[in-house]
Amino acid sequence: MAQLVSTKINNDPIQFVCEPQEPLLDALRDRVGLTGVKEGCGTGDCGACSIILDGTLVCSCLVLGVEAEGRAIETVEGMADGATLHPLQTKFLEHAALQCGICTPGFLIAAKALLKNNPAPTEEEIRYALAGNLCRCTGYDKIVRAVQDAAKVMRKG
Amino acid sequence: MSNNTKFTGQSFKSVGTRPLRPDGLDKVTGRARYGADIQLPGQLTALILRSPHAHATIKSIDTSKAEKLKGVKAVLTSADLPDKNKGDQDLFDILDNCMARKKVLYDGHSVAAVAAIDAVTARAALKLIKVEYAILPHVTDVDEAVKPKAPLLNRKCITQGVEPTPKKASNVAKRTEFGHGNTETGFAEADFVKERNFKTEQTHQGYIEPHACVASYSPDGTAELWVCTQGHFVFRQQCAALLGMDVSKLRVTPTEIGGGFGGKTHVWAEPVALALSRKANRPVKLVMSREEVFRASGPTSATSIDIKIGITKDGTITAGDATLRYSNGPYVGPWAMLGAMTAFACYDLKNVRTVGYEVLVNRPKTTAYRAPSAPMAAFAVESVIDELAAEIGMDPVEVRIKNAAKEGSQSSYGPVYGPIGIGPTLEAAQKHPHMSAKLGKNQGRGMACGFWFNFGGQTCTDLNIAPDGTVTLTVGTIDVGGARASLSLIAAEELGISYEDVKAVVGDTTSVGYNDMTDGSRGTFSSSMATIIAARNAISILKERAATMWEIPVDKVIWEEGHAKATGKKHGNLAPLSLAEIAAEAPNTGGPIAGHNELVADGAGVSFATHICDVEVDRETGRTKVVRYTVIQDAGKAVHPTYVEGQYQGGAAQGIGWALNEEYIYGDDGRLQNPGFLDYRIPVCSDLPMIDTQILEIPNPNHPYGVRGVGETSIVPPLAAVANAVSNAAGVRMTHVPMSAPRILKAIDSAQD
Repeated sequence: MAQLVSTKINNDPIQFVCEPQEPLLDALRDRVGLTGVKEGCGTGDCGACSIILDGTLVCSCLVLGVEAEGRAIETVEGMADGATLHPLQTKFLEHAALQCGICTPGFLIAAKALLKNNPAPTEEEIRYALAGNLCRCTGYDKIVRAVQDAAKVMRKG
Repeated sequence: MSNNTKFTGQSFKSVGTRPLRPDGLDKVTGRARYGADIQLPGQLTALILRSPHAHATIKSIDTSKAEKLKGVKAVLTSADLPDKNKGDQDLFDILDNCMARKKVLYDGHSVAAVAAIDAVTARAALKLIKVEYAILPHVTDVDEAVKPKAPLLNRKCITQGVEPTPKKASNVAKRTEFGHGNTETGFAEADFVKERNFKTEQTHQGYIEPHACVASYSPDGTAELWVCTQGHFVFRQQCAALLGMDVSKLRVTPTEIGGGFGGKTHVWAEPVALALSRKANRPVKLVMSREEVFRASGPTSATSIDIKIGITKDGTITAGDATLRYSNGPYVGPWAMLGAMTAFACYDLKNVRTVGYEVLVNRPKTTAYRAPSAPMAAFAVESVIDELAAEIGMDPVEVRIKNAAKEGSQSSYGPVYGPIGIGPTLEAAQKHPHMSAKLGKNQGRGMACGFWFNFGGQTCTDLNIAPDGTVTLTVGTIDVGGARASLSLIAAEELGISYEDVKAVVGDTTSVGYNDMTDGSRGTFSSSMATIIAARNAISILKERAATMWEIPVDKVIWEEGHAKATGKKHGNLAPLSLAEIAAEAPNTGGPIAGHNELVADGAGVSFATHICDVEVDRETGRTKVVRYTVIQDAGKAVHPTYVEGQYQGGAAQGIGWALNEEYIYGDDGRLQNPGFLDYRIPVCSDLPMIDTQILEIPNPNHPYGVRGVGETSIVPPLAAVANAVSNAAGVRMTHVPMSAPRILKAIDSAQD
C-alpha cells in the first residue's frame, strides 16, 4: 500500500506518495521531480544520489522513501540562493571540476556536508571525505582544488 | 566554397583562454537533463531479462504468464526483432547482441523484455517469463579460447586473414599483420634480445551514468528517441535499420551524457525500447541498472601479448615483434588490429612486425574504451623497452629519445609521419622536475610513452546570426567534456566577437546533417574545423551585406575584429560596421545571415604522450599507492586549456585504475563475479594524488588552428608507466595487469624464492 510522506525538502514543505519498498532516490526523482539527484549504481557505492538528511550526508538510494517522514532533506536543487550560486557551485565551474557532470550534484552535496563540519580541511581530509563519490572523468584533481578554494572563500564569509 | 583547412599560424584572441563552459550552470544546479531524466506523458517502464548462463541454447521462451499480468503492456523476444538486413553480418551481430536468438553467448545476454506501467509490475513480469536453456560448455579466457579443443562460440567462425583459408572453425575470428623490414635480420643485429608474455584483464569504461533512453513509436511509422549517446546519428542509422524504418522517420535527441569513453558508441537497449514502444503503442523508458551495465555493456578486451625486442649496446632498437591476442566477446571487432597498429607507433624502427588475433569468448561484446586497444599494447612494449634500457645501462628516457619516431619516419602501421610530438614530450619529461625528484623508501619511478591515431570523419555544422548580433552554433557532435566551450571559443575567434555572444548547442538528428559520433578524439577537432569554415562562409555574407549597406563593391570590404571595414582611398573613411549592426539590417539586405559547412574532416594529427609515475609499494601487503603523477602530451593547439588538462588527468586516472585495481572476474561457471562498483573498484579520490599536466603545442598542419584531438592518448601510457614504477619499487618485473595487491605479493615472493 502506498503511503503519504510529509517532508521538508530544500526548506519547502513537500508531500509525496510512495510504496513502502521504494528508495528515497526514486521518490525524489520520480514523485517529487528532483532529477538533480542522480542514480549511478543504486547500491550506495557511487555517491551520485547523495543528499543531506537531517544534517547527515546519506546515499538516497539506501534510504526508503517512507523513512523521510517528518525529516529535512537538502538536495543540489536547494544549494543556490535564488540566482546566487553557493561558493562550491561557483568554484566547481571556475576550476572546471566537472566534465560530464553526472557526479557533480553528489560531489557538491558531499563537499557541502564536509565544509559544514570542517571549514578548513586539508587535502587529505577532502580526499577521504569525498571517497564515497565516484567521478570517472576528472581524476579528482580539479574537484579537490575547487573544494579547497570554496572553503577559503567560505571562511572569509 | 572550398574547404581550405591548412594551418596558418595566426595569433589568437579567444582560443587559448579559459572561460566558464556554457552548460556548466545547469550541471552544478541539477537542471541538466541526462538520459534517465527524460519523462513523457503515459510513459511505461521497461526491463530486460538476461541470461544467467555464459553459453546456452535457448530451447523455448514462454511469455504467456507475463503477458497476462495486470499492468504489462508489451512482452518482447527476438521474434519481435526479426533480422531485416539479411546478409549484413555487422548489423546481425548488433541485433543478436540486443536480443539473443538461438543461443545466449555470455552471462547477461538479453533474452526478453517487458514494458509495464511501473517498475514493480515490470519486475514481477520478468519473473513470470520461463526460458528453457540447454547449457553448453563455455570459455572466457583468451588464451584458453584459442586452444584447439576450446568450446566453440560460433561453428561458422573461420579465421579471416589467413592463407590458405582454414577448413575448421575456431574462436579466432580474424588475423591482421602490420610492419616493414625484416625482423629476423634485425634480431641478428641486436646485442640483447628480450622476449616476454604480458596479460591484461578486462576493464569497463565505468561511466557513472548507466545507459538510459526513452522511445516513443507512433502508429504512423515515425518515432522519437531520447538517449545518452556519443553518436545520435549513428544510433539513428542502426536503430532504423534494425527496426526496418526509414532513417529520416526516426528523430534522435541526445540528452546530456554522463560519461561514455567509447561505451556509448554502440546501441544496446535502444532498439529494444523502440520495439517495445511499437508493440505497446506507448512511450517506453529503459534504464539499465549498474549490474546490467557491467554484465551486458562496455568492456574492453582482455589480452595476452607476446613481445620480442632487440637492441644494440648503444641503445638502437634493431627489431620489434608482437603477437597480440585480444578477447572480442562473442562478435568479431577490430580490437587486436588496433593493438597491432599502435604497439610500436612511438618508434622509428627499421624492422617491425605485429600480428593481431581477434578471439571470441563468452564475455560481453568488446566495446571501444578510450584509445581502444592501445593501452595494453603499450604496456607490453614499454615494459620490455624499460628492461632492455636497464640491461644496457642506459636511462629509459634516453633510450626512447634515441629511437623516437619523427617527421618523415615510417610508422609501424604504415603511413609516414608529419610533424609529431613524441620527441618533444620525451625531452620535456627529461627536463621535468618530477624526473629528478628524490624517491622515498619503497618507492619507485616509472615512465612510458603512448600513441593514438585520432580521427576526423563526417561533420556538419550550422552557424546562425541572430538579429541582435549574437550567434547560435549548432553542431552534431556530442559534447562529452566541455566541447561546447571550445567550439564557442572557435566561433568567437573566427568572427571576431566575444565568447559570451556565442551559444553552442548540440542539435538533434533533424537539426543538422549527418555527423559521425564523438569518438577517436574527433569532437572538437572535426566540429571546430566545420565551425571555422561555417564562420568564414557567414563572414563572406556579412561582407556582401556591408557592401550593400554602403553601396560599394564587395571587393572593397574586409573583415577585421568583428567588423566590416571599407578599404581603398574612395571608401576608407566609412565607419566600420559591427556584426551586430549588419545583423540588424539583415531584413533589408537579403534576409537572415548564416554560415554552413559539411565536410569529411581529414588530417586528424596523430597524438603522443609521455607519463611519469611514482609509486610506493607496501612489501608486507602488496598495496600500492601512486604518490606522484605527471602527464606530458601534445595538444596541437589547446583551445580551452583547462578542459585539455581535464582530459589528460581523467585518462591518467582511468589508466591508473586499470593498472592497479580494475578487472572483470569470472567464476568457473562463466558468470561475472563483480558486477558492481563495490567489487569492481575504480579509483576514488583518496586513491590518487594531484595529477600534474604539461601541454605541448606542436601544430597539426591539417587544421586551421593546429588542433589535434586530445581525449584519448592520456589513457595509453599509464598501464606501462605504473608497471615500470611498481617493477622498480618492488625489484621484480610485473607482467600482469591489474597489479592488484595479491599479484604484487606473489611476484615479490616468487622473486625471493
